[in-house]
Amino acid sequence: MSKILIRGAKVLGHDPQDVLIDGETIAEVGTGLTAEGAEVVEAEGKVLLPGLVDLHTHLREPGREDSETVLTGTRAAASGGFTAVFAMANTFPVADTAGVVEQVYRLGRDHGYCDVQPIGAVTVGLEGRKLAELGAMHESAAGVTVFSDDGKCVHDAVIMRRALEYVKAFGGVVAQHAQEPRLTEGAEMNEGVVSAELGLGGWPAVAEESIIARDVLLAEHVGSRVHICHLSTAGSVEIVRWAKSRGIDVTAEVTPHHLLLTDELVRTYNPVYKVNPPLRTERDVLALREALADGTIDIVATDHAPHPHEDKDCEWAAAAMGMVGLETALSVVQETMVDTGLLTWAGVAERMSAKPAEIGGADGHGRPVSAGEPANLTLVDTAYRGSVDPAGFASRSRNTPYEGRELPGRVTHTWLRGKATLVDGKLT
Amino acid sequence: MLRHLISAADLTRDDAVLILDTAEEMARVADRPIKKLPTLRGRTVVNLFFEDSTRTRISFEAAEKRLSADVINFTAKGSSVSKGESLKDTAQTLEAMGVDAVVIRHGASGAPYRLANSGWIDAAVINAGDGTHQHPTQALLDAFTMRRRLVGRDTGLGQDLDGRRITIVGDILHSRVARSNVDLLHTLGAEVTLVAPPTLVPVGVGNWPCEVSYDLDAVLPKSDAVMMLRVQRERMNAAFFPTEREYSRRYGLDGDRMARMPEHAVVMHPGPMVRGMEITAEVADSERCTVVEQVANGVSIRMAVLYLLLGGNEPAVTHTRTEEKSER
Repeated sequence: MSKILIRGAKVLGHDPQDVLIDGETIAEVGTGLTAEGAEVVEAEGKVLLPGLVDLHTHLREPGREDSETVLTGTRAAASGGFTAVFAMANTFPVADTAGVVEQVYRLGRDHGYCDVQPIGAVTVGLEGRKLAELGAMHESAAGVTVFSDDGKCVHDAVIMRRALEYVKAFGGVVAQHAQEPRLTEGAEMNEGVVSAELGLGGWPAVAEESIIARDVLLAEHVGSRVHICHLSTAGSVEIVRWAKSRGIDVTAEVTPHHLLLTDELVRTYNPVYKVNPPLRTERDVLALREALADGTIDIVATDHAPHPHEDKDCEWAAAAMGMVGLETALSVVQETMVDTGLLTWAGVAERMSAKPAEIGGADGHGRPVSAGEPANLTLVDTAYRGSVDPAGFASRSRNTPYEGRELPGRVTHTWLRGKATLVDGKLT
Repeated sequence: MLRHLISAADLTRDDAVLILDTAEEMARVADRPIKKLPTLRGRTVVNLFFEDSTRTRISFEAAEKRLSADVINFTAKGSSVSKGESLKDTAQTLEAMGVDAVVIRHGASGAPYRLANSGWIDAAVINAGDGTHQHPTQALLDAFTMRRRLVGRDTGLGQDLDGRRITIVGDILHSRVARSNVDLLHTLGAEVTLVAPPTLVPVGVGNWPCEVSYDLDAVLPKSDAVMMLRVQRERMNAAFFPTEREYSRRYGLDGDRMARMPEHAVVMHPGPMVRGMEITAEVADSERCTVVEQVANGVSIRMAVLYLLLGGNEPAVTHTRTEEKSER
């Protein structure tokens, strides 16, 4: 097998070290390493992280291959420094059977850019009425452990309770899209000052917070673990903080866009800013950053949601909700968390790799950068500054809110089990 | 002047007063035997209505025809055009036909803004009502009506509504008329109070330049104009208020309540009125009610807006306004 010597990289942002990859694993980490015949990657000044893991990706295949496929989505993931992504279940057909999840899993393996771990639907057809065959999906080749009706909330309290209880049998977790459906009928943006002015239907913070409050109480009652998807409000942070202090087994994620953007952008009526949950206020953004720093929010997850041009180049009301995020996630986290001094690179590795891998049970990912570990690695040029150009995206879709915006940092290399998927910013 | 008219909030005080003054000139045309000006001869205006509104469309059409524009009416509702993407396609079709202005009515808030700012077309865009967002020509015609009644038809020229107290009553939450009026009336110096049950006031209203009250009786004696908004009966089913009768008792305008208003105060309504619920027939038919005037004034205001956005260098009616025009 081939050897790769990464020379002089700041491993997790610490002092420079050399990292030797031999085959699929890290052979050695130290200073002044040499290796006969090894390909050398000069990494002076760059930061080496464990390969990023995204617990919340929409790959759209099967069903909406015009938006994204497993191939284009995993290429986008590799571009963004990811070595594993969890693919959400809201495809067509819905990933609510062993057959569909195995298909998605296998496509990821075959393409080889990034491991794809399918998320199974909690309920049949995401309809919220009847539990999907959670056990069968777990026992399939895909080994599903994360279940979510994402895009829709498991709003029926009894169904949610049963799901939480049921997955305990095999160590699964339910990832909740917290959105009280009645409180968000006709909702198009965050409810507040801006929605009042623009005359757009409001998505109130309490619609998220009330479901999170209910679900942490349910998790406590039945002794299960629950994961909160894309938490977006200051009030949600308070509830999760309270739940953790009480010993409830809850984890939570925040998206990069909720760490950076606010609902003021909706004044442009540009649907590129239309997302669910909606962009919130400055106060929420600051609370989310703080919560990610202090560990109340466990991880960053992209909610990468590709949509074709025509679904965004229209008026706000008609536009699809969602943003692509795999290729800009790390840059946004650098800008909002690292460059602001809130988080070290080791903290980023924890929140974008180790912890999401742990929550989702992605074996071999999110491991320490040390000898004997799988060589899933990402090299970042943190000094880079440049504006975002969607034309260069590997994702099939271009619905990024950052077009033309300057963001720091650029992933230059990604290795999946020792095989380079990205070299000098170019996909292999 | 602006290139497009999307929101009443985009108008400065001077813009607004210029439109009102120009509308006074246009109103004189309606008194002539031949109600027509050559101002927009050779210009094409499309009335692009994605949502039903016979009154507004006819008002714009009358205004366009009195200014001698070529008028195309495009009613998208009921046709295959219903999905959002088609707004762009429709706009580009019209652009290809050499349209100079698009008057757009759309059920989605922000659609006219997108049309004007997405690079889809070059034509001037006039918002004829979008979702629950804005209806700027309605606000202008309301302000015009108020100025005529409260300041005077001739004495009002050049004047704003400084210090006038305007009360807007009803479904503020879903009303583009309320939003437009709050913006414009504030710009014109008036003090606006919104009155509605708390369920029909938007979260975030605290940032609007107006007061909010839940008590109509307390506000009426201090009002120079009371604008009643239409309340759709289906709001009752969505639990915005318990019953039609309870709404009427607490927020409806009847003769007794009208008697508590100052003598000079007027009652306004953007129409169509739901008699018996938000306004009694007695009030609707009284001399203090300006509903019919508002309709007539709507044509003058729309003529003024079209003229100012499209008229270029030609004089509107008289030569008294050449100074302003040369500044454009």
